[in-house]
Amino acid sequence: MLNYIVRRILYAIPILLGVNLLTFALFFMVNTPDDMARIHLGVKHVTPEAIVGWKAEHGYDKPLFYNGAADGLETVSDTLFTEKSLKLFALDFGAADDGRDIAREIGQRMWPSLAIALPTFLVGLLAYISFALLLVFFRGTPLDTAGVILCVALMSISGLFYVIGGQFLMGKLWHWFPISGYQPGLDAWKFLLMPVLVSLVAGIGDSARFYRALFIEEIGKDYVRTARAKGLSELRVLFRHILGNAMIPILTGVVVVIPRLFMGSLIIESFFGIPGLGSYTIDAIQAQDFAIVRSMVFLGSLLYIVGLVLTDISYTVVDPRVRLE
Amino acid sequence: MKGLRLDNLRVEIVAGQRTLVPVDGVSFAVGADECVALLGESGCGKSMTALALMRLLPEGGRVTAGSARFEDVDLFGLSEAAMGEVRGGRLAMIFQEPQTSLNPVMTVAEQIAEALAAHRNLNGAAARVEAGRLIEAVGLTPDKLDTYPFQLSGGQRQRALIAMMLAGEPEVLIADEPTTALDVTVQAQILALLKDLQRQRGMGLLLITHDLDVARDMADRVAVMYAGQIVEWASRDALYGAPAHPYTQKLFAVLPRPERRGERLDSLPGRVPGPDAAFVGCRFADRCPVVFERCRSEVPAFHEPRPGHFARCHLAENGFTSPFADGGGGGISLARGLATPPNPPQRLVTVGGAVDPMLDVRELAVHFPIRKGLFKRTVGQVKAVDGVSLTVNAGETLALVGESGCGKTTLARAVLRLIEPTGGSVRLLGEGLAALSGESLRRKRAEMQIVFQDPFASLNPRMKIGAILEEGMAALLPELDVAERRRRGAELLDQVGLPIDATGRYPHEFSGGQRQRVAMRALWRFRLGC
Amino acid sequence: MIKPVLLWSDALILLLLALVATGLWLARRNETLRMPLRQVMASPMGASTGLLLAIYAVIGLLDSVHYVERLPEVPGKSAQYSGEVRSALDALLTPLRENVEKTYSAPFATHLYAKETITGPDDRETRDFPRLNRGGQHLADPETDFWPDVLKRGGLGVLAGMAVWLVVMRLETVGEKKRREKRPPWQRGKSNRAFLLTLLILCLVSGLLVALAPHYHILGSDKVGQDVLYLALKSVRTGLLIGSLTTLIMLPFALSMGIAAGYFGGRVDDVIQYLYTTLNSIPGVLLIAASVLVVQVQIEAHAALFDTAAARSDVRLLALCAILGLTGWTGLARLLRAETLKLRELEFVQAARAFGVGHGRILLRHLLPNVMHLVLITVVIDFSGLVLAEAVLSYVGVGVDPAMISFGNMINGARLELAREPVVWWQLAAAFVFMFVLVLAANLFADQVRDALDPKSKGRA
Repeated sequence: MLNYIVRRILYAIPILLGVNLLTFALFFMVNTPDDMARIHLGVKHVTPEAIVGWKAEHGYDKPLFYNGAADGLETVSDTLFTEKSLKLFALDFGAADDGRDIAREIGQRMWPSLAIALPTFLVGLLAYISFALLLVFFRGTPLDTAGVILCVALMSISGLFYVIGGQFLMGKLWHWFPISGYQPGLDAWKFLLMPVLVSLVAGIGDSARFYRALFIEEIGKDYVRTARAKGLSELRVLFRHILGNAMIPILTGVVVVIPRLFMGSLIIESFFGIPGLGSYTIDAIQAQDFAIVRSMVFLGSLLYIVGLVLTDISYTVVDPRVRLE
Repeated sequence: MKGLRLDNLRVEIVAGQRTLVPVDGVSFAVGADECVALLGESGCGKSMTALALMRLLPEGGRVTAGSARFEDVDLFGLSEAAMGEVRGGRLAMIFQEPQTSLNPVMTVAEQIAEALAAHRNLNGAAARVEAGRLIEAVGLTPDKLDTYPFQLSGGQRQRALIAMMLAGEPEVLIADEPTTALDVTVQAQILALLKDLQRQRGMGLLLITHDLDVARDMADRVAVMYAGQIVEWASRDALYGAPAHPYTQKLFAVLPRPERRGERLDSLPGRVPGPDAAFVGCRFADRCPVVFERCRSEVPAFHEPRPGHFARCHLAENGFTSPFADGGGGGISLARGLATPPNPPQRLVTVGGAVDPMLDVRELAVHFPIRKGLFKRTVGQVKAVDGVSLTVNAGETLALVGESGCGKTTLARAVLRLIEPTGGSVRLLGEGLAALSGESLRRKRAEMQIVFQDPFASLNPRMKIGAILEEGMAALLPELDVAERRRRGAELLDQVGLPIDATGRYPHEFSGGQRQRVAMRALWRFRLGC
Repeated sequence: MIKPVLLWSDALILLLLALVATGLWLARRNETLRMPLRQVMASPMGASTGLLLAIYAVIGLLDSVHYVERLPEVPGKSAQYSGEVRSALDALLTPLRENVEKTYSAPFATHLYAKETITGPDDRETRDFPRLNRGGQHLADPETDFWPDVLKRGGLGVLAGMAVWLVVMRLETVGEKKRREKRPPWQRGKSNRAFLLTLLILCLVSGLLVALAPHYHILGSDKVGQDVLYLALKSVRTGLLIGSLTTLIMLPFALSMGIAAGYFGGRVDDVIQYLYTTLNSIPGVLLIAASVLVVQVQIEAHAALFDTAAARSDVRLLALCAILGLTGWTGLARLLRAETLKLRELEFVQAARAFGVGHGRILLRHLLPNVMHLVLITVVIDFSGLVLAEAVLSYVGVGVDPAMISFGNMINGARLELAREPVVWWQLAAAFVFMFVLVLAANLFADQVRDALDPKSKGRA
């Protein structure tokens, strides 16, 4: 087990390196530091000196991947890529273009993100599974058919409409909640409830249908027939046998997203004006702040790999058949 | 009478636009302390009959006629809740696939306890004690109680399943092909266990099987089923002594027997009609060797040529006189009357008196490394095949016998070098295979072919038979042109008794036996001199 | 005089059409693909959603036939062409395209949304809602003439639609007679009835639209006064392109990587698995956003390369498809890898190897046809997701060109206007309805395809 985890962590290093290489390639090979300096300096102030100055100030004055001027190992190590990557591995994200420390921003902004993502995740899981179980219990009846059609209809609506509709109804028409904004402290719930509700409704179609399909697949299996042949009641078969087995793919399937809950949701946060990591990212994208985008990409990948390891571990917890080698 | 009585059962399954009738007018009875075998080929409706009795028909299936009575109780008239009491209680059922019939994430004890709680109100410690007793009754040690199904072997799982079904103290136990998925050695043990339990507990046992030997060993009475109907119903001795229905006789005739070594086996042409087939007259008419006009127009009644011996055949109408029976001796000799005359045993022709064996395998070994730890070092080896030597001479059949997982298939694949052997040598006609590679290995493989176990998996489902045949020829005999390949393909099909238009069809359009013949021919054909 | 213009995306659409046609032609002879596809079209749901999708496809295709108009000739100069690229759909919708108001107007409105200072006939200035330039301008007095006019035109439209439907049915009956089909079309099974019902609804709706749209803004007009129905119809092409071209780009990667990883195993598998784990580990939107930003910068840097605005938006759209495709192949590749791993061990592949059939042939003849059902299922399921993704990405600012008409840009432009009083809802509603029908039809169709092709999904949703 320990062996396994160590191996997975070692395996994470080449993946994160690959991720960095990709982001570097995307940003710098196509968009050189000189270009960046020009964009940031603005048209009026572009002089060769100013560009050199900007690059030195922001740490972009080294070659990208290969330093011909240096000797030995330094041809590779004394480069922009190595320097920036190593810092990322130490979780040193550096400063954004506006000079603020990215790591500190992340530390502050992850809490509002989590405050929306975590309840959405937990309540959602519970609600979607219950809904799917309800459909499965009434499978083959008009209720089930109607439920499935509802699910397909719900998942055919763009997420944007859920947000817009929610804001319009709950915010503007019924005055339940403020349309957008955020306030730290105890009053935060006023601002958080609507995004959570909207996310829940937006997710129900996809998830409930998927879970229902998982349950139906289990129902067709031989052990369910055995359970019925024992004379167990339909409810017991459903909850003890079918749910017990279907929970394995459900749980292990959702574990991978848990670490990423910190990163928040881009759409929800920017629509509702929540100062979380999602809106941070989207602002960075729109402001073309590569330092932040790169940091978020790295963080996202790191959390994904953590999620993968957690997934494998969760298998050993919920499925007696799985042992990690 | 005590026990279970089924009358005139009809089951319909609605599948899309069509309605299938897998069971049509089946009646039989299982008395207390009696073993009844329901015998028939796969697809004849045996399992559907059992599932209908349990009221566990698959979705879309329902009982449209008939009654099942458990003494005074009408099973089909019970409410679902009342049926829950009977199911797993008075009437229990074990299934064919021990691999999948147990809940993979519950321990054996938990699964037995469920049945105890449902039918005997036993919970907690009392249930635990009773579960221990049951597990011992089926021949397992109590420490197996806390294992998960994946930790048990196939035979152990089947025993655990039997223990679960005994928990409700059933009066009748239905066993649906309980040993088909098991190895031969384990089969015998499980059957013996079932027989013992039936006697000890005075249970009725309804044994569903396609295996004539199993039915003969186990049953008191036998019902032979064909295309959704029972075609013959008699005591074991009567049936095996003098089968009355041509189908039963044919079944006996196609069976290989030690005493019929060297004879050409008879074959049953065609296949069991599907549950969507429409019938006029006798359902067996298309395959019957003694069919006459009346069979095609009139449905035969269930005649009783001898007391207690029923057969659904026009020929049985006037007592037990089959015009084709040669004096009514033993079943086998009677069947022989139907069979094609035995071929004279063929003499082996040894080419040039060569003494070299065709195939010579020496000390063949296949080891798979076990990798463990941080850097996946090889820490050990699974010795799938470990130093096997054997020779096959010209004209000789060598049987390699063993339980599943003992390495038979690995050996065969290693001989062909589909798997690289770890050690040893394989010589075909005196030439070593180990040194060959690429083109010359392919060439050599042409002289040695393999027929796989599963006719369903060994033919590409998305290629027509003709294309499958031609592909092999193109690979092995590239000098042939397309027309020549076609011609030879057609010739090969003719040799195995398949129609010429088979080239344009897909594998799924053939029965299992036909497919296996295609597979054999597809692989077998490029022998020497071809 | 007009001159046809072949945008890059148009060329790819032609390629796609050719591929689909070839695929159908091959499937026609292949029992295992033809039967399921026939089953899809024989189900009521498959028949009616298939028809809906076909209508969308026709709109999208009409909108992909591009041309430029020749400017009035100036003597002594060579022919000059307009810089504005139009499509066949534009030509059909000329009345809609040219019905431009000053700003918002509600559906069927005769007056503008905003008050203006109007100079009356007696030179008195009043602030009131002015009459629209086009919408209902043929009415002498909107107060009294509006309803009679709408009812008359609408009624005629409905009748015309009905007539078209009857003609179609008549044609079908005649056609079927040759095939010795005696029953009238609506009695030939559920799927035929569903198909004809959908066709009837479509005929009636289009009848209404054709009758009314030239004279009113049926779905209102947007901030700069463009007809919203026109915008919605133009958005269809963008959505369809994203949904289909992305797949076109993604497929070669997914197929080659997935099957190679599964079949060859070992080092090849390691490398491909590493590739897709790495790609997967980057949060999707971020990767797409970063790539789109880069492309955007490049397009701005090389603005001189594009002679028309349409060409520039087009390249950006293609870039978006390429990015979605390059980042989106991992899911299917993973599925294919797992399936190939299974197939590789099956006996028919072993048997082919026993013959000495080469790797290339095994991959092409034995493995590829046996995973095609997975590919088809994934393609139809991904389609609706991609149409939805376009809207979200455009909202984030990393979607299609802001100047391009698309569902995402329509929503983005309209969502803030909900705060106005009275509410400007029609632009959102139009985008909602057009997208919802498209995505719902695609989802339902995908379900049918999956049920028909995937033996495991029988009796699921």
